[in-house]
Amino acid sequence: MIRTLSYAALSGTLLFSVNATASDATTQQYIDTLTELGYPAPKDDELVHIPPTMEDLENAKLHPELKRVIRKGYDLFTNTQQLRGENVFNNMNCSSCHLGEGRMPFSAPVWPAAVTLPNFRGKNDHVNNLEERIAGCFTYSMNGKPPEYGSDNMLAMSAYHQWLAKGVAMYPEQPIYGRGFPAPDRPEELSYARGEAAFEEKCSVCHGSDGEGLRVGDQTVFPATWGDMSNNWGAGIVRIFTAAGFIKNNMPLGQPNSLSDQESWDIAYYMSNQERPQDPRYTGDVKETLKNTEARFHKHSMYGQARETDGHVLGDHSNTGEKSFLKPDTIRPRTFE
Amino acid sequence: MKKIPILLAALGLASYSGLAFAEADAERGAATAAICMACHQADGSGMNIAGGESWPRLAGLDAAYISRQLHDYKSGARSNASMMPFVNMLNEQQIQDVAAYYASLPATQGKGSEGADEATLKRGQQLAERGDWSDYIVSCKSCHGPDNQGAGDVFPGISGQHAGYIKAQLQAWKAGARKNDTQDLMGSIARRMSEDDIHAVAVWLASQNSVAK
Repeated sequence: MIRTLSYAALSGTLLFSVNATASDATTQQYIDTLTELGYPAPKDDELVHIPPTMEDLENAKLHPELKRVIRKGYDLFTNTQQLRGENVFNNMNCSSCHLGEGRMPFSAPVWPAAVTLPNFRGKNDHVNNLEERIAGCFTYSMNGKPPEYGSDNMLAMSAYHQWLAKGVAMYPEQPIYGRGFPAPDRPEELSYARGEAAFEEKCSVCHGSDGEGLRVGDQTVFPATWGDMSNNWGAGIVRIFTAAGFIKNNMPLGQPNSLSDQESWDIAYYMSNQERPQDPRYTGDVKETLKNTEARFHKHSMYGQARETDGHVLGDHSNTGEKSFLKPDTIRPRTFE
Repeated sequence: MKKIPILLAALGLASYSGLAFAEADAERGAATAAICMACHQADGSGMNIAGGESWPRLAGLDAAYISRQLHDYKSGARSNASMMPFVNMLNEQQIQDVAAYYASLPATQGKGSEGADEATLKRGQQLAERGDWSDYIVSCKSCHGPDNQGAGDVFPGISGQHAGYIKAQLQAWKAGARKNDTQDLMGSIARRMSEDDIHAVAVWLASQNSVAK
């Protein structure tokens, strides 16, 4: 634990602390709050980083213009709907899945991307940088078209990611505490019927019985969990283990770790059995697309499989939702030749 | 399936229980509301009473939300000594009518933020708009909607509500005295809030517009 704490003392907001003892106490308090919420304590070799807040930004010694750009990145991250019709073609905000403004552990905090990329990514089989990783979210989770590489919006969002990683060493060797949406152990059996009942009981008050979520005016209050206004079939969260990890660690809002492992997996399984816009990797044939993507991705989702309740083959359609194209131009292989 | 009766109630076509009643009538509700006015006032503005029991603004709240609260008082799911004798005078039709009436009134402004210092208002704004994730306090607006002016028929508008009322409700949730929220969504947050946070968010919300301007 001492090693963990000493690492933490080097990172993030703790740099502002005057001495290591105060930092250790801050980190311990941070961990205590999380364990009280039911999250596991960090393992001895894990990197614990407390991402700085927007208040910390105001006090940071950074160029005022950089602060302005980071604030813009924050604004785009938490209200991504301002890019609706341009880059975003569903009801999602970045912060719909990355809770706590992208800062929360166990809610796929986004700062690790800033310190672990460029890196090889199995999903597209080449080395990606931070911008390309963000572009992936726009392509799949936002069912959209990424802002241009190097554009003001892309730079602002990248700057926000990097700000959150402040003080963490590049390419850390330690595993990162609370990275991604860690899934609970998979139960022996998943049940559509139980998942449907649990969704109705525990999720529908916000997300609606048909997964449509809730909008007020042009803003999303509760994101759609499936359907045209949700992420498309290529988004990471269609994988049942990812959805189960998100649900277990984050839902219902304000009550993390309140659902059982079985409930989390059943709800995730039920969600993966509903329709959503086509995967941008679609070739025009669902079986062929499944074959191309199965090993790296869709073996974890229900894509291309017949739904047990009615035999409907999931993803066997050419519906791209609100957007008029299947795949944005930015999604292409890289060879570095 | 359960949302069908709620929808019908919102349209005033049937009661929450699904039994057929005459359409909710705001005009008829105005007559029924005579018993409410001593506290909630003729314009539905309620009253902020420093150091006493504040009466909430009802004007402009969602009809289905008001109706559900009245049902909850009747069933005992929500309890308040002042409300009890009055709600027991209302039959199903009158609940629908009076809810439609208050929903139809123009929203009035909240009171109770007068004299609040800048630091308190700033903290209140943070909690309302962004929350404080270091204590897992999610923002008010993540359920109460843009500018906290309400979302759907479950999450009421709280912007421009009286500070005294918001404070009393958060304290009641925190203490477990109020628990008629779906799945403890409000209770679980209120229990993480300090008295200072409750005060801060209450005065900030009271200072905000109750409807979009």
